[in-house]
Amino acid sequence: MKKEKRPSKYEYWFAGLAFLTGRKKIRLKSIFPDAEEIYRMGQARLSQISWLTKREAQLLLEAGTIPEGKLEEEEGYCIENGIHLALWRGEGYPKRLVHIDNPPYGLFYQGELPKEGDLAVAIVGARECSAYGRQVAGQAGFCLAKQGVAVISGMASGIDGAGHRGALQAKGGTYGVLGCGVDVCYPAVNRELYGEVRRAGGIVSEYPPHMQPRAMFFPQRNRIISGMSDAVVVVEARKKSGALITADFALEQGREVYAAPGRIGDALSQGANRLIRQGAGIFLSPEDFLEELGFFVNSAGASAQKQKLSLEKSERLVYSCLDLSPKNLDELMAETGLSFPELMENLESLRGKGCILEVYKNYYIRTEVSGLA
Amino acid sequence: MYSIVSTAIVCGIQSILVQVEADVCDGMPSFEMVGVLSSEVKEAKERVKAALRNSGIKLAPKKITVSLYPADIRKTGTGFDLPIALAVLSAYGRVPKKFLEGILFAGELSLNGELRPTAGILPMAFAAREAGKRTICVPKGNIREAGAVKGLTALPAQDLNQVVGMVEEFYRAPGKFQPGDGTKWERQQESQKEWDFADIHGQKVLKRACEVAAAGRHNMLMVGAPGAGKTMAAKATSTVLPSLTEEEALELAKIYSVSGRFGQREKGFLARPFRSPHHTVTVAGLAGGGAVPKPGELSLAHKGVLFLDELTEFKRPVLEVLRQPLEERLIRIVRGSGVYVFPADVMLIGAMNPCGCGYYPDRNRCACSTAAIGRHLNKLSRPLLDRIDLTVEVKRLPLSEILSKGAQETSAVIRRRVQEAQDLQRKRFAGSALFYNSQIPVSDMERFCPMEQGAKKLLQDSFERLEMSARGYHRTLRVARTIADLAHSGKICKIHIMESLMYRCIDKKAWEMG
Repeated sequence: MKKEKRPSKYEYWFAGLAFLTGRKKIRLKSIFPDAEEIYRMGQARLSQISWLTKREAQLLLEAGTIPEGKLEEEEGYCIENGIHLALWRGEGYPKRLVHIDNPPYGLFYQGELPKEGDLAVAIVGARECSAYGRQVAGQAGFCLAKQGVAVISGMASGIDGAGHRGALQAKGGTYGVLGCGVDVCYPAVNRELYGEVRRAGGIVSEYPPHMQPRAMFFPQRNRIISGMSDAVVVVEARKKSGALITADFALEQGREVYAAPGRIGDALSQGANRLIRQGAGIFLSPEDFLEELGFFVNSAGASAQKQKLSLEKSERLVYSCLDLSPKNLDELMAETGLSFPELMENLESLRGKGCILEVYKNYYIRTEVSGLA
Repeated sequence: MYSIVSTAIVCGIQSILVQVEADVCDGMPSFEMVGVLSSEVKEAKERVKAALRNSGIKLAPKKITVSLYPADIRKTGTGFDLPIALAVLSAYGRVPKKFLEGILFAGELSLNGELRPTAGILPMAFAAREAGKRTICVPKGNIREAGAVKGLTALPAQDLNQVVGMVEEFYRAPGKFQPGDGTKWERQQESQKEWDFADIHGQKVLKRACEVAAAGRHNMLMVGAPGAGKTMAAKATSTVLPSLTEEEALELAKIYSVSGRFGQREKGFLARPFRSPHHTVTVAGLAGGGAVPKPGELSLAHKGVLFLDELTEFKRPVLEVLRQPLEERLIRIVRGSGVYVFPADVMLIGAMNPCGCGYYPDRNRCACSTAAIGRHLNKLSRPLLDRIDLTVEVKRLPLSEILSKGAQETSAVIRRRVQEAQDLQRKRFAGSALFYNSQIPVSDMERFCPMEQGAKKLLQDSFERLEMSARGYHRTLRVARTIADLAHSGKICKIHIMESLMYRCIDKKAWEMG
């Protein structure tokens, strides 16, 4: 980072005020170009700004009483921990966000932000997803990242995490947008993923460091996920889901919305299928999806995925019974008609060949979405 | 005048002989009892006085002193009524001392002079024989218990007057009373006929896991949705265990006698017990306890199956109590008055739901958050899970399979295979303190569990792939040993390891992936 352009401590302070919307912050800044001025503003001047609510003015006044030493401390903390700040229309600020409604005033980030020229796709969906959803999201993340597409998501467990992990597997760029400070790991079980995403791409948030997650932050965070992307893919969503909020934002912002179809009747399919009903694009495979977007698919990378499998007869029998909804041993025995030892042997060899995945103990799915012809 | 009568107290499942002395002399009329008495023994005074009066025995008002010795043991139990009454009668000269010599008396008196069944008669009978006594006089309701001891003559006591008559008759013609010839109870092994593996349709993996668990006496955990048949499978598992040996059966009978449930063992004397305490059970209820410790469910399930349904609903301290007995196969309860040891060699079968709602990993029905599922699984501590060799998932069957008419294997067929596998184990462990594969210590793993090359490789690969712990590795090997025994294979083959891996512990990490 170029040192001379680093924002002042007052800018850090102003960008981190969570009670003001991005829109209002930008408006304030257009009146007072120097953040220090806002910091030192007294009640008399504040009360003259008619479009600030009483509560906002009060909170701003209170925020102004934070001692300067504390501001320096915060600034120092950001620099020490490699937390950068991209300001509205400033250097590094994503161009995609400029034209959305209520854009964030500042973005705190670790790692880096997606490159402007690259295609960026958000993969979002339910936290409590099925093995099918995880597989679809993972594969989408993998293939998109392989093609040099930036994969953006919300770092949550379930579909979000699977999308990130897929992209990481392909050693591509992936970016997590948080509803809390970039140094706060939420949910805590994703700590490992957190570090990897930071290294392979970046962790982004509108909120200042140390900010704990709040329920109201997450829908707001979703507008940044869709805003930073060219297209949004919803993989699995229940009837009421945060992913649908992201899709709504995407439509408002003029982004493409795609949904991966699920089985009708499944609770986890309802949100995504409804999107399709409302006219969203259908996500059939990563390649198909990219072609639809008009993106040139590098076929060398894609076909490497689909090697011809040579399976024995009994292996083929077991494999043909598997799909993306997990099946346990009893179900497989009933469907294949194999004995317990035969089934175990075939599962073991299929696992060795990487054709199947044990998603929970003794529950199996096949690894490929399309599978054998 | 002075008199002395023998009786016994129960301590744990052992019994100690106690003497009751009575002295009657002139003086201020009174009834005094000494000798470290618990309250139920103190109350014996009132019962004895009333029983004597209501039996039509009139005694002159005199100073009566009763002493129980050895004086340093706390006397508990209700079996003292009869010996105290007889000692007093003898001290009054109503019953000649010689009639009472060599007989051990125990029994609780009712106020009208009748004798009521008393707990702990079987250990008392054993103690009597060990002390060289040839005769025991107990309430009629306990007579089968007393008769279980070979070479001991049991006199059935109905009421006080009848006892006075009977001891005289016995003194004059002992030949009229036959000594006991050991256990004459029904030896039917299938007392629990209502459960059989033939009644469980489908669920092949579950049934197989039950068979393996029974063959090597491995502790087992069933994880599955409500109504998947976990309870039925647990009950059926107790029916495929080979029957008890006579020695084991007697030990078990003692435990039941001490807790006053001897009747439950009379039918199906050699059958393995099956206990399934409700999840509200307390620590004392499970492990045994009380001021004078009585056996808990762990001991009542001795040599049999302890089934804990809804394992995650048990209170944490109650579950943690299981840890030591599962290792040592006995339970030690320490009180100020001493250490009470109860046998507790059980096969533990647990059952639980995979998550709060019970339907995970079926995400169509289960909307539990990953954090909630993690919390659910965390109700079981790692040390407890470490003592469970087999874990098996159970899924609810579709109706078509429940109604299918295909012939199912019966418990008898499975029991034969289990018996054969256990015979192999007995041969293997001859001369050591081990009986079952589940008990193989880590140090002897290589000696008892030789593996084929392919098996070894698979186990090593899986160790890496599944991020197993050392304990998990050994558990897998022990179970594989049993699976090999069921297949009459000396060496552990690849297929045995494969099957054993299917029964590995629930992988918390994998589940938390949600």
